[in-house]
Amino acid sequence: MKEVRPATRIEVALLVAAAVLPLILQALGEDYHIGFATRLLIFALAATGLNFIVGYGGMVAFGHAAFFGIGAYAVALMMTAGIFSAWITWPVAVAAAALAALLIGAVSLRTRGVYFIMITLAFAQMIYYSVISLEFAGGDDGLSLEQRSTLAPLDLANDATLYWVTLALLSICLIALKRLAASRYGRALTGVRQNETRMAALGYPVQHIKLVCFVVGSAVAGLAGALLANQNGMASPSQLYWTQSGMLLVMVILGGVGQRFGGMLGAIALLGLEEVLGRVTEHSHFYVGLALLAVVLFAPRGLAGLWTRQK
Amino acid sequence: MNTLLGIAGLKRHFGGLWATNGVDLEVAAGEIHALIGPNGAGKTTLIHLISGALLPDAGTLQFAGTDITRRSTHDRVALGITRSYQITQVFPHLSLLENVRLAVQSRRRDWGSSLRFWRPASADVRMIEEAEERLVRVGLAAAVSQLACDVSHGEQRALELAMALATRPRLLLLDEPMAGMGPEESEHMTRLIASLKNEQTVLLVEHDMDIVFRLADRVSVLVSGRIIASGTPSFVREHPAVRSAYLGDEL
Repeated sequence: MKEVRPATRIEVALLVAAAVLPLILQALGEDYHIGFATRLLIFALAATGLNFIVGYGGMVAFGHAAFFGIGAYAVALMMTAGIFSAWITWPVAVAAAALAALLIGAVSLRTRGVYFIMITLAFAQMIYYSVISLEFAGGDDGLSLEQRSTLAPLDLANDATLYWVTLALLSICLIALKRLAASRYGRALTGVRQNETRMAALGYPVQHIKLVCFVVGSAVAGLAGALLANQNGMASPSQLYWTQSGMLLVMVILGGVGQRFGGMLGAIALLGLEEVLGRVTEHSHFYVGLALLAVVLFAPRGLAGLWTRQK
Repeated sequence: MNTLLGIAGLKRHFGGLWATNGVDLEVAAGEIHALIGPNGAGKTTLIHLISGALLPDAGTLQFAGTDITRRSTHDRVALGITRSYQITQVFPHLSLLENVRLAVQSRRRDWGSSLRFWRPASADVRMIEEAEERLVRVGLAAAVSQLACDVSHGEQRALELAMALATRPRLLLLDEPMAGMGPEESEHMTRLIASLKNEQTVLLVEHDMDIVFRLADRVSVLVSGRIIASGTPSFVREHPAVRSAYLGDEL
């Protein structure tokens, strides 16, 4: 038997707690909150994808909304064409986001730093304006979903089922991220982040390594987009807009850049804070801003960095 | 003489300045070949042209029978040309062991591609063992688990040498490996390079004449973008054009 590390034990405990959450909420008669919890997990997934690009790959991408939105629109558009099965539409959503990231990344990765930020933003905005001018994509109104995707034998129309499916996908993604970070590719990616010149001098295909990272992180956003379309019952242009990219970046910074649970914690903290503050004050954004400032000043490694400090 | 690197008529200009102005140079397999010349002679430009960081305006580069004039840096490393930098280039927030292990991992012909996503890199025990051996050989056995940013400048330079050697180059380009070192560190590095004699082909750019004449099998003198003399250390030392152009004020 392999020895189970304490960190792993905490992770398993958290997973179990997250898994029984819908049952507790149902027992308390707070079913409405299952939808909110699903939303948290979906954003956690999207932010985890972005954190892979920003934190592991060292590329500050400011166009993550594009891939998030592409995933949502892929599901919505296929539904208007009569394809309802998630077994088809979700993989297509992931593939569409990955393909877009491949094309955008191949061009954008010729630049770095501020130029990379600007060019990824520009591409994402181009996609936003293209989509709102397309009639078949619903223009400014977006596309409503007739129903949720079907995922036989599961029934996604049930809120708790959608929550569990999302939780499972997020967990798989976080486990994969752990494996990836320790793999040869992950080590090479760390090398690229720390010293690109040296990696090139060692003969590594630096551009390929970065492009793979960009595509993988964006594909995860595509999956999150497909889930959000299901949760919201629509694909909306606001999901493609640059403020969405900004919000995902804020989640990553808040949660911890380059920390495996950074994206997840950031998403939960930001959306949770907005939800709670939204009930007691009209100026919730002001207090969220203060919280962000506090994290940047006092916990530069983010919320996730608070309990991995000893490493 | 078995020529490993052959350079003919190589030219490169920046604006109106011909930094490399018709260089002819041959580096034989197995030798330590020193490249000397006054500041601004074009030594680093020549290293850039050989490593592929710059492409020439005219002339050819032959490496082990292959024309590499237009090849990318990436291709040249794969063919066996590895360089070190005048300014230290390591992975600052990785351990010395991981620095060298990444250099070992880069050898695709031995391990295959680095685009492997699932199996932990630490499962490749042979990579780690080789990295340890290489650190021992450059005298860093006691520091393997330290971060590269926490060790001294001299140790970082020794680390760089270990990394460059870990790619198993056929030709090692060393651009002023003693730059910024104290006398003791410099002596240590000189001994390390001397230990490569007869097993590793090296093209060494260096300012310190004592070190050059101690290490080099042959010396080439670069002045204003041209090689004005090439030969054994004693031949170059006595060469009249070299004495007037370069060594005159030192000897």
